[in-house]
Amino acid sequence: MFEICADPKSLEGLTWLSCYLTSGKHMNMYWAFGTVLLLLAVTAPIAMLFGFFGAMAARSQFFVLRLIGKGYTGMVRGVPDIVFFLFFVIALDQGIEYLMHTVRCPDWTDPVRNGLEFRVCPEAKVPLNSAPQVVHQFYGFMLAVLTFALVFGAFAANVLYGAMQAVPRAQLETAEAYGLSPAQVFRRILVPQMWVYALPGLSNLWLILIKATPLLFLLGVQDIVYWARELGSAKTQAFDYPHPDWRLYYFLALLVFYLAFTRVSEIVLARITARLSKGQATAAGEALRKAVI
Amino acid sequence: MTCWETIGAYAFRSIGYGERLLPRSDFTLCQQFTLIGSGLIWNIYFGVIALAFGFVLANAIAFAKASHSPLVRKPAEWFIFLFRGSPLFIQFFLAYEALQMLPRAGIDVFGITVQTAWTTKAWAGALFVLFLNTAAYSAEIFHGALRSIPKGDLEAAEAYGLTGFAKFRRIQWPTMLRLAWPAYTNEAIFLFHSTTLVFFSGFPAFQQRGDALYYASYFADKTFNPFVSYPIVAGYFIALTLLLIWLFSAINARLNRHLPSNMGGKIRLRPQVIR
Repeated sequence: MFEICADPKSLEGLTWLSCYLTSGKHMNMYWAFGTVLLLLAVTAPIAMLFGFFGAMAARSQFFVLRLIGKGYTGMVRGVPDIVFFLFFVIALDQGIEYLMHTVRCPDWTDPVRNGLEFRVCPEAKVPLNSAPQVVHQFYGFMLAVLTFALVFGAFAANVLYGAMQAVPRAQLETAEAYGLSPAQVFRRILVPQMWVYALPGLSNLWLILIKATPLLFLLGVQDIVYWARELGSAKTQAFDYPHPDWRLYYFLALLVFYLAFTRVSEIVLARITARLSKGQATAAGEALRKAVI
Repeated sequence: MTCWETIGAYAFRSIGYGERLLPRSDFTLCQQFTLIGSGLIWNIYFGVIALAFGFVLANAIAFAKASHSPLVRKPAEWFIFLFRGSPLFIQFFLAYEALQMLPRAGIDVFGITVQTAWTTKAWAGALFVLFLNTAAYSAEIFHGALRSIPKGDLEAAEAYGLTGFAKFRRIQWPTMLRLAWPAYTNEAIFLFHSTTLVFFSGFPAFQQRGDALYYASYFADKTFNPFVSYPIVAGYFIALTLLLIWLFSAINARLNRHLPSNMGGKIRLRPQVIR
């Protein structure tokens, strides 16, 4: 990084540390922080979308749709989320490859599940074996995003379902009395009012989502936990590092990162809550109104 | 090998009894059910002990956080923030690395050598982390309940001449517990769920003695088939969750026995407290 780093013999103390912390591998680790933030930025809206449709399905008039919605919201209640993380990644991967297999190799005769192997034709591999490394990494990341979105969508569906139920019944009845159709009631009355009820649950969910990001490591993405283990250990398979086992300090850095991120999120979410409570017929809204007078 | 023989060989595999070698090929459904069920012993061990000890510490921390003296309140607040604000996964890694740094030969305390090697084993190290973690989460729940004790109850207690410890034992603590119980039930459920993280973090599974998820992922890795072993874990955990809800509802009914039957706090599962 710096020019002084070119000559390793001259390095000592702080200069050595500054060179050490800006080495190529460390740059990769700093990028991995970006990966985590990107995952959060991409996953949160998708999970909200899944949650919204899950909650809508759970409220539906049709039995089958309601069953799907209830099943989706209920799935995270009894089963540890990490089971889903481990399950969905393989299941999605195999599902996608199986679909490609049926489309691209219709006359492939061998069974796909042959004993202990899952074998599809070479053209159905996703991504293709010949694809560059970047594509493989991107595919792995997208699988992780989809998995996170599916699991957190179920949590969000729980919260949003509760929020939709919490909107005062009188509001909806008034709208009906004015002759609004069910779709209009949903769009114009229910959805604008539900957010203030959903916000405490959603803020919690955001904090949980932040704390779930180290699980990326289990999904095979080279995230910050991967790099902390890799760079902190005294040696890897390839070569020795010039320091003893420093994993403790690397994990301490991660801990501080997560604590800081949580704290900042808490402060921002508290502001949003105050903003959304303005003019609402809730205790918080009443308190705000009184504070102005 | 019949199913009964499999159960005999692997039912207690996770705690070191029975067949030493795990099955390597020709996996039967019976083997998967038995081994994953055997791993569940670890989940129950971690969950029950962490919950029992965590309950005591959580009470202490909740009251410390409610204290007027900043010398008592601040450490409690920091403890809760530290454990609730960071991922359990990182806490496991950190604890494992920190415990590894203890001198291998043991520490001399007044001439007696205290062994340290056992602290890096999952049964002790991971249990310790889970204990502190659940204490922090439960303390926050208890603190919230402590603050929402009706003012009238406390004033009534004082009017009857109850003060100090008698007021605490007869009014404050039971009411706090009663108010916190639905949320605490959720905490217990999600603590059991988070015990599955132990063998996926820093703590290694000694001689392949792991928890339910450890064996499930072993089978999934070997067979490339996630559609059998993971649903088995899911099934076991749903059963465990139902058992927990039943147990905690019974306690809840006892805590609320003096109230009219329609007024007791109903236990509703809210997924807000997972780590």
